[in-house]
Amino acid sequence: MEKTITKTVISFAALAVIWQLGVTVSSVNTALFPTPGMVLKAFGELTTGLKGSTSDATIWTHIAVSLGRFLAGYLLAAVSGVVLGLLLGIFPKVFAYVNPIVQLIRPVAPVAWLPFIVLIFGIGDIPAIVIIFIAGFFPILLSTVSAVNHLDPIYTRVAQNFGMSKMKSLVKIIFPASFPQIMNALHLALGTSWIFLVSGEMVGSQSGLGFLVMDAKNCIRSDALLAAIITIGVIGLILDGLMGQLEKAASREFGV
Amino acid sequence: MFIEIKDVSISFEENQERVDVLEHVNLNIEKGEFVCILGSSGCGKSTLLNVIAGFEKADRGTILIDGKPVEKPSSDYVTIFQNYGLLPWRTVQKNVELGLEEKKISPAERKVIAQKYIDMVGLSGAEKKRPAQLSGGMKQRAAIARALAVSPEILYMDEPFGALDPITRMKLQDDVLRICKEEKKTILFVTHDMEEAIYLSDRIVILDSEIRGIKSVVNIKLPAFRDRTSDDFIAARDKLFEVFHMKREVEYPEYYI
Repeated sequence: MEKTITKTVISFAALAVIWQLGVTVSSVNTALFPTPGMVLKAFGELTTGLKGSTSDATIWTHIAVSLGRFLAGYLLAAVSGVVLGLLLGIFPKVFAYVNPIVQLIRPVAPVAWLPFIVLIFGIGDIPAIVIIFIAGFFPILLSTVSAVNHLDPIYTRVAQNFGMSKMKSLVKIIFPASFPQIMNALHLALGTSWIFLVSGEMVGSQSGLGFLVMDAKNCIRSDALLAAIITIGVIGLILDGLMGQLEKAASREFGV
Repeated sequence: MFIEIKDVSISFEENQERVDVLEHVNLNIEKGEFVCILGSSGCGKSTLLNVIAGFEKADRGTILIDGKPVEKPSSDYVTIFQNYGLLPWRTVQKNVELGLEEKKISPAERKVIAQKYIDMVGLSGAEKKRPAQLSGGMKQRAAIARALAVSPEILYMDEPFGALDPITRMKLQDDVLRICKEEKKTILFVTHDMEEAIYLSDRIVILDSEIRGIKSVVNIKLPAFRDRTSDDFIAARDKLFEVFHMKREVEYPEYYI
């Protein structure tokens, strides 16, 4: 763990040095591509609110708003994706009818639904939450179905042998047995959902990190833009790290 | 008759073609008998066991247990698998209690019953361990305890010791033999190991993939607890080798110079 942190710090430091050198050597206009120092300064400005913006929210407010929407959309996707995935996993005949529809919707970028979402729900928290939900739901659903389908058939036999009903074995055997794979799917979907949070907020809302990106663009502030981008990346990294820990704990608890 | 297998035919689909595995199999097993189904890989011995245990359907014929047709698996007859089927997230004790949870038994009573069978299979002290912390032999012991805990009349064993080393395997054979005599279980045991079959069974049913059925039934008239090195045991093995046409007539020289 400590080694990972050291390596991360070194890698980011090296990136900052190369970045600074790149800007200096190429003598690019710093209004178009700022130096690391300028971005750090812009981040400081964001903690009190971007000057010239229509919104007076600080970056902490934007982060809190984004995380709230993210959690709502992601948890909704996780719970409904896993529950439906388990059910469709044990009823393959039903899944055969549902699968074509899922495959039809899945390749469509969630943001494409935005006009409908805004028309129905209006501007605010809901569009971003719905986008995150769509981004997370399908991968979680399909991975859960696949996890159940690829379970060792011996588990079903053991459940049958002891006279367990299908629903009981779903709770007692199938869910815990496929839990490590489900956690893996939840981990992957976490990254996807975080990516789509920004796209959702860029169009459908007046707050959050995605809005901040658009705000910096509108104020023609490339330094603030990069500060927002880096913030999004760092939070994504932290969320991924936390989920990685949870996934490890799950495979220790449920693993073979 | 306790288990009656009447005119059973089994086939399965492979590469969109139906392959007949067994045709017109008839077999009767008495209560308390230890019967081994012996045959080479692919002769349908595990498939037959799966049908008898109710996991799969036969194309034709019926299986009767105590006169009642087998339609689905039941905890009156429990199967022991080669790869154990333990739940990795449960401790040994919780694994053994699994079948009891489906019966109307209080948690305290479950614990007592589980402990009895954990002790019986020689796993005392490992109650709180997870399957991943156990050796293959101990895992199979846990699976046997879990099966015994629901007090089934019949145990089906599908190459249960196939993945174990020879010494562990022999110890488990001894224990299974002892337990099934003590508990008066009827056992149907699938194996491809001839010595194992002779050591354990009252009767050996030999399946053959060419005739898609029972090639012969060999009665083993040896005492319940056998000595692997005794003359009788070797004689029984010779008899079995003959059935498989594996006995070679060798002329031994009368003396060496």
